[in-house]
Amino acid sequence: MNFPAELKYTKDHEWVKIEGDIATVGITDFAQRELGDIVYIDINTIGSDVAEGDIFGTVEAVKTVSDLFMPLSGKVLEVNAQLDANPELVNQDPYGDGWMVKISLTEKDSAGLLSADAYQALIGA
Amino acid sequence: MFMRQFVTKSLDVFLLISHLIITQRKFMKNTALTDKHIALGAKMVPFAGYNMPVQYAGINIEHETVRNAVGVFDVSHMGEFILKGEGALALIQQVSANDAAKLFDGKIQYAYLPNKEGGIVDDLLVYRIDEKTYMLVVNASNIQKDWDWIQSFNTQGVDMKDISDRTSLLAVQGPLAAKALQSLTSIDLAAMEYYTFTKGVFAGVENVLISATGYTGAGGFEIYFDHQHSEKIWDAIFEAGAAYGIKPIGLGARDTLRLEMGFCLYGNDINDQTSPLEAGLGWVTSFNKPFTNSEALALQKQNGVANKLVGFEMVERGIPRHDYEICDADGNTIGKVTSGTQSPSLQKAIGLGYVDKAFSKIDTEIFIKIRDNKIKAKVVKLPFIKKS
Repeated sequence: MNFPAELKYTKDHEWVKIEGDIATVGITDFAQRELGDIVYIDINTIGSDVAEGDIFGTVEAVKTVSDLFMPLSGKVLEVNAQLDANPELVNQDPYGDGWMVKISLTEKDSAGLLSADAYQALIGA
Repeated sequence: MFMRQFVTKSLDVFLLISHLIITQRKFMKNTALTDKHIALGAKMVPFAGYNMPVQYAGINIEHETVRNAVGVFDVSHMGEFILKGEGALALIQQVSANDAAKLFDGKIQYAYLPNKEGGIVDDLLVYRIDEKTYMLVVNASNIQKDWDWIQSFNTQGVDMKDISDRTSLLAVQGPLAAKALQSLTSIDLAAMEYYTFTKGVFAGVENVLISATGYTGAGGFEIYFDHQHSEKIWDAIFEAGAAYGIKPIGLGARDTLRLEMGFCLYGNDINDQTSPLEAGLGWVTSFNKPFTNSEALALQKQNGVANKLVGFEMVERGIPRHDYEICDADGNTIGKVTSGTQSPSLQKAIGLGYVDKAFSKIDTEIFIKIRDNKIKAKVVKLPFIKKS
C-alpha cells in the first residue's frame, strides 16, 4: 500500500493536502481497500462550514457505507465532480483523481494530523 | 442464503471490526480450501463461524465474471444432512412446506422449514438420492438449529447423518460453466436439466455429486465431494477452466448475484419471524399435504397477507441497506429494507424489502430513509435481471 510522505492523515483514514488556505481531502489507500468497490460518494455539505471531526459526506461501497469526517474545520468549496460518474476513481487513484473535496480552511493548526509514518503505524502497515 | 452486509458508521469502526475479526479468526472453522483462498489474496471474513473469502479481485469484477463467463465459489460452509430409511419421505413431508413426494431419483427441490409460530426455520434444497434416501442442504448458520428441529420430528427412527464437516461444496457458476468443466467428467453436463443431479467420477475422483443448481441465476453447477479431495478438485477445475477465464469468486459477489435474481437470503430477507407467504414463498408451499404449521399458513393465505416482500430500484441517488426504513410520500413508515446493494449488472441501486400490501404493486412510488433523507424508489418486478 502507498502512503505519500507529503500528505497528512487522520485516524479516520482520510488524507489531507494543504496548500495555503486550501486543503484537498480524500480517503487513504488502506481505506479504499477495506471498503472495496466504491459506487457512490454522497456529499451534501458543499458551501457549508463544517467543524473538524464532523461528517461532511458518506462513501458507499457495494457492501458497506461509511461516513467521511472533516480533518480540519473549514468550508467545503468543491466536490470532485468526476466522482459522480466515476466513483471507482477512489479505488483506482485514491490520492490523485480520486480526491473528494476541497476545503477553505478556517483553522490552520494541522498539528493534530498524522504523518505518513504515524498513519502507517496506526494501521499496522 | 448468504452474507450479511455490515453497515459501519465510520472507517474507524470499520478498522476496529477488522481487528476483532482477526482476533475472532483464531476460533473459527476453516474450509479445506482456506489456505488456497489466502494464497490467492482473498480478503477473508468470518461468516457463520467460518473463515470465508468475501472477495479476491473485487466484487464488481467477480460479479461480471460470473454473469459473462464462469467463476468458482467455495461454499463448503453449507450444511448437508443425509436422511435414510422407510420414514425419510414422511419426515421431510412433515418439516418441509414443499411437496417432496413430487421428487424422483436425481431431482432437487427448493423448500423451507416452517416453524410453529408462522416464521421460517431455514430455507433449503432437498435432493432425492433414492426412494428412501435424501440429502438436505441447509444454511451454514442454521446447521445446529435445523438438525435439532428435524430430529424433534423424527419419531419413526429415520437414520440422520450430518455430513457437513466432511463435505466440500464448490459452486461453479456462469454461462461457460458446462464447457469449462466438461473435460473433467464423462457426464454430459450441458444436457443436465436445471434442479437435477447425478453422481459420478469428476476430476478422477469417484462419488462426486454434480448438481445443476446455483444461487446466481447465471447457470452452472454445484459440486459436492468428500473434503479430502478439495485441493485436487479445486486445482483441476481451475486448470480445465483456464481457457474460459475461470476465476475464484467471493461471498460478496455471491450476494450481489443472488440479489439481482431476487433470491431470499436467510437472516436478511427471511428469518424465524417472517411469514413465508409474505416473503413470496407461496410457490414452494404445498397445501395438498399436512406439514408443520400448515393450517395456520393456509388460513393466512385465505385471509390474505398484510405485507409483501417486494423488489425495488432507486429512482433518486442512494444505496438501500438492510434495516433502512421504507416510507410513503408523506413520511409514514410502510416497511423495512431487508437487502440492498448497487447492482453491478444494472448499474442501479436495488433492494428487497417488506412493504404494506397497499404499496406492493409494480411501479408504486416508495421512499427509502437514507441518513434522514427520503430518497425516491419504485417497486419493480422480480427478478431484477433475466435469468441467462
